[in-house]
Amino acid sequence: MSTDRYDTVIGLEVHVQMLTRSKLFCRCSTAFGAPPNTQTCPGCAGLPGTLPVMNREAFRLALKTAVALNCEIPPSSKWDRKHYFYPDLPNGYQISQLDQPLSREGWLEIRDAKGAFEPKRIGIARAHLEEDAGKSMHDEAAGKADSRIDLNRCGMPLLEIVTHPDLRSPQEARVFLSELKLLLTYLGVSDCNMQEGSLRFDANVNLHIPTADGVVATPIVEVKNLNSFRAVERALAYETRRQYQAWQETGHRRGGPGGHKTTRGWDEQAEVTRPQRQKEESADYRYCPDPNLLPVLVSEAEVARVRSELGELPAAIRARLQETFGIGMDDAEVIVNQGRAVVDYFIAAAEACGDGKRASNWIQQDVLRALNERLIGIEAFPVSAAALGELLGLVQRGELDNSRARDVFHRMLESGQSVVEAVQSLGIASVDRGEIVELCRRVLADNPQAVAEIKAGKQKALGALIGQARRQNPNANPATVREICLELIGQS
Amino acid sequence: MDFSPQDIDKVSLVARLCFTPDERDQIAAQLERIANYLDACLADSDTSDVAPLVSITGLAGVFADDVVRPSCDREAILANAPKRDDECYLVPAIFGE
Amino acid sequence: MSLSFCSATELLTRLQAGEISSVEVTSECLRQIDAHDATIHAFVHVARDAALAQAAEIDRRRKSGEAMGPLAGLPVALKDNLCTRDAPTTCGSRMFERFCPPYDATVVTRLHEADAVLIGKTNMDEFAMGSSTETSCWGPTRNPWDPRCVPGGSSGGAAAAVAAGMTPLAVGSDTGGSIRQPASFCGVTGLKPTYGRVSRYGLVALASSMDQVGPIGRSVADVALLLNVLAGHDPSESTSIDAPITDFTDSIRRPLDGLTIGIVREHYDGCLDGDDPSSEGLDAEIEAAVREAVRVYQTLGARVREISLPHSRYAVAAFCILASGEAFANLARCDGIHYGRRADEAAVLADWNAQSRALEARHDQQALDHLEPPLSRLYRASRSEAFGAEVKRRILLGTQVLSEDCYEAYYVKAQRLRRLVRDDFDAAFGEVDVVVGPVAPTAAYPLGRRLHDPLLMYRGDRYTVGSNLAGLAAISVPCGVTAAGLPIGLHLQCPPMQDERLLRAAQMFQQATDWHTRRPPSPGKKL
Repeated sequence: MSTDRYDTVIGLEVHVQMLTRSKLFCRCSTAFGAPPNTQTCPGCAGLPGTLPVMNREAFRLALKTAVALNCEIPPSSKWDRKHYFYPDLPNGYQISQLDQPLSREGWLEIRDAKGAFEPKRIGIARAHLEEDAGKSMHDEAAGKADSRIDLNRCGMPLLEIVTHPDLRSPQEARVFLSELKLLLTYLGVSDCNMQEGSLRFDANVNLHIPTADGVVATPIVEVKNLNSFRAVERALAYETRRQYQAWQETGHRRGGPGGHKTTRGWDEQAEVTRPQRQKEESADYRYCPDPNLLPVLVSEAEVARVRSELGELPAAIRARLQETFGIGMDDAEVIVNQGRAVVDYFIAAAEACGDGKRASNWIQQDVLRALNERLIGIEAFPVSAAALGELLGLVQRGELDNSRARDVFHRMLESGQSVVEAVQSLGIASVDRGEIVELCRRVLADNPQAVAEIKAGKQKALGALIGQARRQNPNANPATVREICLELIGQS
Repeated sequence: MDFSPQDIDKVSLVARLCFTPDERDQIAAQLERIANYLDACLADSDTSDVAPLVSITGLAGVFADDVVRPSCDREAILANAPKRDDECYLVPAIFGE
Repeated sequence: MSLSFCSATELLTRLQAGEISSVEVTSECLRQIDAHDATIHAFVHVARDAALAQAAEIDRRRKSGEAMGPLAGLPVALKDNLCTRDAPTTCGSRMFERFCPPYDATVVTRLHEADAVLIGKTNMDEFAMGSSTETSCWGPTRNPWDPRCVPGGSSGGAAAAVAAGMTPLAVGSDTGGSIRQPASFCGVTGLKPTYGRVSRYGLVALASSMDQVGPIGRSVADVALLLNVLAGHDPSESTSIDAPITDFTDSIRRPLDGLTIGIVREHYDGCLDGDDPSSEGLDAEIEAAVREAVRVYQTLGARVREISLPHSRYAVAAFCILASGEAFANLARCDGIHYGRRADEAAVLADWNAQSRALEARHDQQALDHLEPPLSRLYRASRSEAFGAEVKRRILLGTQVLSEDCYEAYYVKAQRLRRLVRDDFDAAFGEVDVVVGPVAPTAAYPLGRRLHDPLLMYRGDRYTVGSNLAGLAAISVPCGVTAAGLPIGLHLQCPPMQDERLLRAAQMFQQATDWHTRRPPSPGKKL
């Protein structure tokens, strides 16, 4: 948030669960929702003597994501143990990647369709694979003396994506996350289900405050418990206000006394962040290489192959839709956000009718509304892209006006009829021009006052005349009525 | 590398160990001697331009296919737990630790 | 000769010929255990009923003409750090005194498939940390040649069991000499295969980058027999080497032509021995026996070349740093939460409650905020009462060398030294086929002598740790007996994947000598 008073500096850490069948280092299932401790083997339970073997698919998906994030892919990556004692971590260490991650230094471009900020590339510091920990459950209300530990989640494959502190507002953070989620969805590397923990984020935030002595940085705060994009935006907005106030009260700055990094949790109900307990030794995880795992080598040829197989990604599709079909950035964004299938539907409909803007409007207003009402996906939509394109073609050529076309669309939707069938069943016959001339003569004769106004240059009155004409014959094309009326008035 | 009794106090928290004062003093003396030996060896050796040897086999890129195999019977996994219920391991209550 | 001191190879032949039954062989081993193990204490668990039942079943199947596995009916003992589904696996630690893994180590599965009779679990230094089998929570094992002496370690129980005729074969593990040194002290043959040759899956880890499972027997032929079953690729282990395995029992029949053996200058020039008052040089009797063994090779037509391993003087330090760092990591799972010993929770909580109430009463919020939480206290209480002194020393050392302040100067430096040690061997093996030397600077020593001098204990492994750092194949074969009547071992080392060459070279020696046929005069003599 760039106000006159300070700059907000935000970096994000995102954990994405890779969409594999089995876990990262053992072959237990990754399915969500199993009863506690039923998706565990001696390996996930950290029993002595067990050994990890890397899941090929997890690495493939992670590599694909890293390439899509424009990351550098080093020729070799390795596995490290990150130590901390916690009941949900049965090995006493988490297998992760420290100094040789599978990727580093990439970027993802974000833009705001409404122009709230300039398009910018957000730097990705690194993306690396690691295993998830288990879950500790405590029923505080019941006041039980024990917490319960479920290790089903131990070993789930996570890709940790760490951004540089390039984000300058809570809104940018939200836009980044939704753009990232969209990318992951297009890549098919994760189900991105936030309720099930497949997509999780933490944020690091502080303020850069210009003062008479130069720019002062406030202590960095890591904000946790962010369970939705909305929570990220609101928590960061709260946190920037809180930090500014804290700075005014205490003057604490990063690197000075009281300036160490702290962790706070977002309280969704109270809409505040609260300090979390600091682990005494959390600063030093005593990383060391995991001797049970081998380096993974990736050749340039393999990276090139992965890149060539990425398919078209959201940013490129948006640009292509704007360029090829002449639609606006807003429109391209809405369509692309719906996923690849809607994009394909749009393209087919736009090509069939020859008017991208019309296709875009119809899809956004009519198709998406119908999908929402019926709770179905575009694959199950009764009106095919070709049929919609045919319908819009009629409108395009002036053979049908928008409102009648909408009637036809709804008939097609309800009955599954083709365009021709729907037009016929609605009794829409093409109207003879002579008939319309007659109709217009009658309407003009009935409305001398309006005719006078039009002659005096008040075109507005024409609308009323068209309306009257269409009440008498609903199949009369308004454009034709308008044209003929003006012609007749000009002659009189 | 130092192993004064005070160092032992600090590092034993990280290592999740604790010692009586006598034990601590004894272990401090033993570790101090070991550390001196290590320091002498390391100081004597020249490893400039030597890359660390991390993986001895020279193997790389060993993977398993992404195929689900049956997990362990829960009872077998929980059988060794010092404290448990029918489904889970039990530990003293964790409050935001 | 009684069955209990027959070689495994001979027992197998007689079993296959139907001259003896597995029940007889197994019973004889159990009799030997009953007679002597009260003194020797080689076993922590004797699977008496299961072993006899297994033996009877194997005899029945053999009688009915079924195809039998390659070890059918032979008793095999397992070091107690190999996970077994149907027997406890304690690693000599109070931490695991009641631990029973729900799975078998890969080598255990292979032994079952080979129709071996699993006779019991053998004593070891706690978590294999030690070279004397004195740090076991179950008490020390004693040397069958002289019960006042240690059997070596950490696989001391396994070596002593084979030496005392309690089992013809045993499986041990070797991280810095833990198979070879006890084999040397007990007068048996012990092999540390090439790193990656034998599966580590189900071996409770000490230092995973150096741990290797291997066979112990009364001869090279016996060790080859057992290695045939143990070795091979295991997809459950990433570092397992996927290469074809030859029949070692067959290949050892062929002596090596044009063999060149290397003797290491640094073994004899004192540069490995240290110069502080507590240091201990190479015992003259050991040196003489090794030099005599070299002469034996010369009489067999081998050429002898002096080589230098200039960085071997740093091997103990590098090993000590890497092994303790890895041990810190591998033992982090021993927390009394998911398995293993948990301290008295109620006492820990009561203590915490009392302290926090006292601080509340004083309104000392700052101290309250920093009060160590109950969970951390429980971890510390459990680990402190479950681990012995040596384990705690190594954990503390490992915690330090992996700290951010020390990591580069110690841990990474040790990794660099590891490369230098490995490169020394690479260069040496360009000139010689086998490196020959002492296994340990002394023969077995009295119990208690080094127990409280950890540095002396670590430096006792100075000839063996190099093969673990470099991932070599290495073996100890008996090559003499001291004036005090204690066995001496000869150490042979070959490059990685040259286990076959190593066994052939060792077999040449045993064909020419009879040291490996010597038996302890009275293995279980009362103290």
